[in-house]
Amino acid sequence: MATLSTDIPDTSSKTWSRGRILTVLLVTAFALILAKAVGILPDWLNRIPETMIPPTAQVLDAVFSFIQNDLGLIHVTRFIAEGPLEFLLDTSANLLEGKRRWPHLGPIPWSAIAAVAGVVGYAVGGWRLAALGAGTFIWTAAIGQWKIAMQTMSVIVVAAPLAFLLGLVLGIAAWKHRGFERMLKPILSVLQTLPFFTYLLPAVIFFKVGPTAGAVATITFAIPPMILMTTLGLKKVSPEVVEAGQMSGCTRWQMLRHVYVPAARTEILVGVNQVIMLCLAMVVLTAFIGMPGLGAKLLAMMGSFKLGRSFEIGVTIVLLAVTLDRMSKAWVVKQPVHFERGTPWWKRHQISLIGLGLFVGFILIAQIFPILAEVGRKQHLSQGKEIDVAIKSVLAIDAIKGTTEWLRWFLNVKVLIPFRNTLLAIPTPAFILMVVAFAYWVGGRKPGIYAAIFFTIVAFSGWWDRSVITLYTVISAVALATMIGIPLGVVAARSSRWSKNILLACDTAQTFPSFIYLIPAIMLFGVNDVAVVFSILIFAAVPLIRYTIIGLSSVPPEMTEAADMSGSTRRQKLFSVQFPLALPTMAVGFNQAIMFAFFMVIIAAFIGTQDLGQELQRTLAGTELGKNFVLGLNVSLMALTFDMAISSWAEQRKKRLGLD
Amino acid sequence: MSATPPVISAQNVWKLFGASPESYLKSMPAGRSFDDIRADGYIAGVADVSIEVARGEMLVIMGLSGSGKSTLVRCFSRLHDITGGTIKVDGQDIMGLNERELIELRRNKMGMVFQSFGLLPHRTVLDNVAFPLEMRGQDRHDRRERALEVIKLVGLEGREEYFPRELSGGQQQRVGIARSLAIEPDIWFLDEPFSALDPLIRREMQDEFLRLQEMLGKTIVFITHDFDEALRLADRIAIMRNGAVEQCDTPDKIVMNPATEYVAKFTEEVDKARVVHAKGLAKPVNGHALEGAPIDGGATIHELARVLVNDNRILLPVANDQGVVTGVLEREAALNILLGAD
Ligand SMILES: Nc1ncnc2c1ncn2[C@@H]1O[C@H](COP(=O)(O)OP(=O)(O)O)[C@@H](O)[C@H]1O
Ligand SMILES: [Mg+2]
Repeated sequence: MATLSTDIPDTSSKTWSRGRILTVLLVTAFALILAKAVGILPDWLNRIPETMIPPTAQVLDAVFSFIQNDLGLIHVTRFIAEGPLEFLLDTSANLLEGKRRWPHLGPIPWSAIAAVAGVVGYAVGGWRLAALGAGTFIWTAAIGQWKIAMQTMSVIVVAAPLAFLLGLVLGIAAWKHRGFERMLKPILSVLQTLPFFTYLLPAVIFFKVGPTAGAVATITFAIPPMILMTTLGLKKVSPEVVEAGQMSGCTRWQMLRHVYVPAARTEILVGVNQVIMLCLAMVVLTAFIGMPGLGAKLLAMMGSFKLGRSFEIGVTIVLLAVTLDRMSKAWVVKQPVHFERGTPWWKRHQISLIGLGLFVGFILIAQIFPILAEVGRKQHLSQGKEIDVAIKSVLAIDAIKGTTEWLRWFLNVKVLIPFRNTLLAIPTPAFILMVVAFAYWVGGRKPGIYAAIFFTIVAFSGWWDRSVITLYTVISAVALATMIGIPLGVVAARSSRWSKNILLACDTAQTFPSFIYLIPAIMLFGVNDVAVVFSILIFAAVPLIRYTIIGLSSVPPEMTEAADMSGSTRRQKLFSVQFPLALPTMAVGFNQAIMFAFFMVIIAAFIGTQDLGQELQRTLAGTELGKNFVLGLNVSLMALTFDMAISSWAEQRKKRLGLD
Repeated sequence: MSATPPVISAQNVWKLFGASPESYLKSMPAGRSFDDIRADGYIAGVADVSIEVARGEMLVIMGLSGSGKSTLVRCFSRLHDITGGTIKVDGQDIMGLNERELIELRRNKMGMVFQSFGLLPHRTVLDNVAFPLEMRGQDRHDRRERALEVIKLVGLEGREEYFPRELSGGQQQRVGIARSLAIEPDIWFLDEPFSALDPLIRREMQDEFLRLQEMLGKTIVFITHDFDEALRLADRIAIMRNGAVEQCDTPDKIVMNPATEYVAKFTEEVDKARVVHAKGLAKPVNGHALEGAPIDGGATIHELARVLVNDNRILLPVANDQGVVTGVLEREAALNILLGAD
């Protein structure tokens, strides 16, 4: 918690009671620990006895089964799944990967899709994006991954528009009705911290296994930011534009359709970008419920330690992510430019026409040259085996092998295992008190109270030890990420060129589906705890570096100049001027790092952990919806505790520094 | 003017902002001041305003920022629902209109221009101007034709396909003006239309606006916080402070006979000779023996400076634009104004 170690100034009247509350909390916790150490702590104070744990999972199961069967919700959801949704998914699957379904037209030749991607890229962002768009699809086809990539894409092209529409409608509703917004807000924050596995199982149960469940889980996961961005954008529409609409005699519907939504275009498009990126990240993860596609292939390849193929699939996923991200972002900033009067019709629609022409053209040419339609098994350029050999031989170089093995040993034996055992040895009530003390110290009274409630719920869920292990993984990884990320950010922030490049790299890295981060971890450390921590570490370091740079470089130059003029050394300037002012922003990054870590730690269950994620992943195979929910909620509650404490600290701090 | 009924007639209009303004206003004792009301947790955007706007008149509302000018005008167009009093537009109580009728009123009778233009950023000039026509469901060709017509009127010909962000501030406000004129409104509201513009452009736009008004002869409520602008444009000026109208009169009277100290302070800096007209200063003939050529009652004292200085009559006859003598001007009084000696 290095970033948060500065104290929070208090209003004078509260100082006494605040310090006292903290002391009481910590002393009690310490007393409990001490009592356990000398062996006088009764068992029921160490861990909550089995008998006192309410059968939450069973109760939930009964509730679910009631809703599902007795209320007949299953029929509704199955109808949606087997009706419209499945129809859409089948159609996209036919067009993109050639599944034998209506309309029996596909698969569309890869060359035609690559050409259209190039034209779209050109239209939104010029030649560079054109090259990126076309290049991504050419790579995918050439490397022989077209079919699996299209399996992934066929879900995205259905899920993203649906998530967009639902998010837009809900966002508008939340903006219109304050009551609805107030109800939605807490649900959204839980949804955003709920591990993905918790979306998957209900989706499977209610929407039957297969693409529909994957699509439903993906849509649910991608909606929250769309809702938030829509509401934000609508609220920001200038009052004069609204009044101009009213004075033009708009009806309510016309206001919404012609004034509000277009005027909130930028925020809504940012929402679209986030929807697309979340959809990609999630569709890849649906591999865990057996959905075919890039994710499933990656999972299989990593499982059998085929590093070369894993690497190639990773590149494909990354390219797709970067392409989708850059194109949708370019669309956000693209402003309409006028045509001169009298420009003929074909010239106004030149780019669309070229796109259409190329699309039809390549479909026709592909009939003559089949390789432009489909790259066959023997024709692709995959170097999987060679890369595999290359990677493995690099890793086998003595120096590298020595380093990674030493690191593995050191982290495992000297750091991780002792830390884990310590945490596990703490009596439950003491642990809760310590967390509450932390939340109270950092965020104040409200986060403290929530921490108490949330962790008590976790304690009574019956999964305490696994929750502690999850927490231990998160804390270790974030602590290591902080030790690496913040110095890196500080160094990068010294030069504006470096800042720019590293920020760009961070932004790009953030668009990668989380799954990708497992590849280097497994390559370097194999399948064990260190790899888990390592994958979380790099995933969580990205926001830390990013916000450190942003925070430091947004310190007003007058302040640093004032420090220079008072003759401070670089170090003094950093610690007495730049850090204090940048801390609120850095705290946002720290918070994001923790949230990312909670997200990643669950996915890392794939590598083999002993935490909540592992149990969660196990539930996917069955129908234990109740257990799945309890586990997911535990993760969510722990994440929310930190989120509340740190965000509240950052907000208070910003207000006090007058930074808003 | 007095023969035809007023276009807008406001009687004891109140607009309070706060938690539950209606019930507060009902229970409020008479004579509570702006600060009393504020102490009760409400802001009096408009406080007990009674004012009438005649057909074809240009009423300029002026006052410092926050004095309630925008709020009053938004009550006239019912962008705000008033808290108390009545507002009639063409004899119709606008608070009694339902949503449909209100929309019809705005679609056919009212146009409004905004300080920061309020243009729709995603629409071209043409589509912005045609927007009110589109909203009332006019056919595509008709609205295009009409929009091109007003665009030409405001001098933006050739920019039809531009987007607002491609235009300068002055040009954007021309679009705002064109849009407000597209439906041929009877009543035209302008809320500080030129305040966001550079002084030079502002002057140019004022000239342009006077030209338009000469051509169109609309009933206008024009807001400004710039006294010179008010004097240039107004038939009558209403000076507002703390939501209330301090004085509503012709520019001459406001300058010559300020009703309150506040108004007097406002007019202090003004070069009165440029504002006051001969007819405004003239007294009734009342049997005075008049001799010599009459002076033009429509001219300002400043414009008459040469005559006033060179003539040696004590009393000058004042004629209206038909050449009929309507009053007498004391040369001494006029000279005092010219020399700023009062
Ligand atoms: N929607 C509103 N809610 C609360 N107070 C408002 C609102 N609109 C205006 N006011 C208040 O009413 C007063 C008059 O504002 P306004 O009419 O905009 O002044 P002007 O246009 O003369 O600058 C101001 O004190 C302003 O703060
Ligand atoms: Mg105003």
